[in-house]
Amino acid sequence: MYESPADLADLRPRRQILDRLFKGSTLASGAVILIVLVLIAWTISGKSLPVFRHEGIHFFTERRWAPTKEIYGALSFIYGTGITALIAVVISVPVSIGIALFTTQVAPARLKKWLVSLTDLLAVVPSVVFGLWGIIFLAPKLAGFYKMVSGWFHGWPVLGDIFGRTGAGRTFMTAGLILSVMITPIITSIAREVIETTPQTDRDGALALGATRWVMITGAVLPHSMTGIVGAVMLGLGRAMGETIAVALVIGSSPTITANLFSSGDSLPSVIAFQWGEATTEVKRSALIAMGLTLFILTIVVNLIATAVVGRATRRVQGA
Amino acid sequence: MNIVKRRLVIAGTIALSLLTAACGSDKASNSTSAPVASDAATTTAASAEATTTAAESSTTEGPASSTPASSVDLSKVTGSLVGSGATFPKGFYDDAIATLAGVAPGLTVEYGGGGSGKGRSDLQEMVVDFAGTDGVVKDADKAAYKGGEFVYVPTVIAPITMSYNLPGVDKLQLSPTSIAAIFQVEVTKWNDPVIAADNPGVTLPDTAIVVARRADGSGTTENFSKFLNAAAGPDAGGTWKLGGASELEWPAGTQAGDGNSGVAQIVSATEGAIGYVDLSDAKANNLTFASVKNKAGKYIEPTLDATTAAAQGTTIKDDLTFFLGWADGDKAYPIAAQTWIIAYTKQADPAKAEALRGFLTYLLTDAQKTAPDIDYAPLPADLQAKALTNIAKIGA
Repeated sequence: MYESPADLADLRPRRQILDRLFKGSTLASGAVILIVLVLIAWTISGKSLPVFRHEGIHFFTERRWAPTKEIYGALSFIYGTGITALIAVVISVPVSIGIALFTTQVAPARLKKWLVSLTDLLAVVPSVVFGLWGIIFLAPKLAGFYKMVSGWFHGWPVLGDIFGRTGAGRTFMTAGLILSVMITPIITSIAREVIETTPQTDRDGALALGATRWVMITGAVLPHSMTGIVGAVMLGLGRAMGETIAVALVIGSSPTITANLFSSGDSLPSVIAFQWGEATTEVKRSALIAMGLTLFILTIVVNLIATAVVGRATRRVQGA
Repeated sequence: MNIVKRRLVIAGTIALSLLTAACGSDKASNSTSAPVASDAATTTAASAEATTTAAESSTTEGPASSTPASSVDLSKVTGSLVGSGATFPKGFYDDAIATLAGVAPGLTVEYGGGGSGKGRSDLQEMVVDFAGTDGVVKDADKAAYKGGEFVYVPTVIAPITMSYNLPGVDKLQLSPTSIAAIFQVEVTKWNDPVIAADNPGVTLPDTAIVVARRADGSGTTENFSKFLNAAAGPDAGGTWKLGGASELEWPAGTQAGDGNSGVAQIVSATEGAIGYVDLSDAKANNLTFASVKNKAGKYIEPTLDATTAAAQGTTIKDDLTFFLGWADGDKAYPIAAQTWIIAYTKQADPAKAEALRGFLTYLLTDAQKTAPDIDYAPLPADLQAKALTNIAKIGA
């Protein structure tokens, strides 16, 4: 038995209303994000104007941050943000890809389930907990290690500069290490998703041709997922750059530009968090807001690159 | 299907990370107002023990009785007061507010920290009834205070210790010159001749010095650096070049912690570290601290008595502003912090004015007696009396 045309006609107006309601509400939720972003960008750029009137473009090129002498330079903070994020990515990427490959290619199904929930669990640890762990445990323990390493490389041409003289444990390196732990679950879970998209036929084909598991991974899995993994890394980088409290607690808050990773430094979000309370002059307040703007732009750029890279990856895979 | 799913995940993550980036900048502005809520709990907790101390001293005595302001009958004062600002005296204020609840059941006082700078700008915008500040308002800024004229009420003082971590060295003496050299990283080993000159007969180890200081702008930094500026600055013929302010352009390689407790934590965790920490935090973290050479050339330990002695050797200006550091007197400890409450002299509401006078009078009389229990030094009697005359200027 089939429905008569009359029944269909009765339903149509109601469906149309529901459809429109649904369309409208989803559009509104989408628009909210855009509006929030635009409003934030609008306010912080407006509020950061005084420092640009005061310093001009030198705000980005001046190394010194000396509010009492009315010198406001963001370069040391930009450097600190960049170098700690870089350390984090360099350490985290091999580990994350390793975990992703292990869970998807090597581990038995039951272990895989456990590993996936464990890495996800790492992602929900609040960043302030990482920071506290950093100052109470990691930084004091690492101080001795840094001393030892800088002793080994003392007097060497490049390594001697990178692993140079050290004070206590609050350094670029400590901040980078903590960040690497924090971004590992992000990179891992995206890399895992990407790797899982490798067609079973590709993998079977490689194995059928006599490839070992290693050759199958390097020959079939990695080339297929490379761009997606790059996107994952960029997302991790963005996360590392914006992290505030964990970095603020362990970086040492001493704005410096140096190749020495064992030196204390400072980062954009950390200086905002620590100096806002005593930012009593308009220029200083706007200098801190301008740092926020800089960070905002930097993270957006990194995320846009990530989106572009991932988008290209997707197109290529679909084309193949 | 997989690709679609993957795209969704990635798109979602990107959207999320954009949002977190956005929130990141927001967090900073929120953090300043965060501590406000924290003292409600302590107020009720300690109010039980308050009644006893309050009962035995409900009448004011000593210098207080000579001034009209002290005649406020606290048990009849009602209303609520809100203040914010300096964190250095917060322990003292919280304690006083808790005991005050026993004497003045109708009066509620809330003091949120946030730092001296926040206190001053809050008062300037009239969002609080009083502000705590460790520093003095610049003359140029006074016009911006929307409520007009205000008075300084000094409340409490405390020493700033030179806390250090040097196993085997229990007694250390430091002169302003060596403190300046240490904190400018001109001296990097503990057995440097500059430090050894202050410590005849003491064997100092070859340990590297780690300088611990504040990451946040702070009244403690201001008082410490102003002391160095007075004792070893260019005007004194010394080598201190960083000036005196709530934050300094520190040399690279120094280690920063958040708040007094953050600096104390670095010192206690790092062998060879030295930092400036207020007495109560230094004691709470079991730190060892040095004796510091005062203006009279004597090495003095940071005790409360030595701090009160410093206040006796300090010139007090007419508006009751003063600087305790590098004070005259044989027994004066040279690095000390002072703090004020500032409030407008003209209040819109007479009840509010009375509540303010009541609270401030309590701080200057009964609360002074219990201050040493929590490692704050009371003001000398004559300064208490002067403070009470300033309180009397608050009216409607």
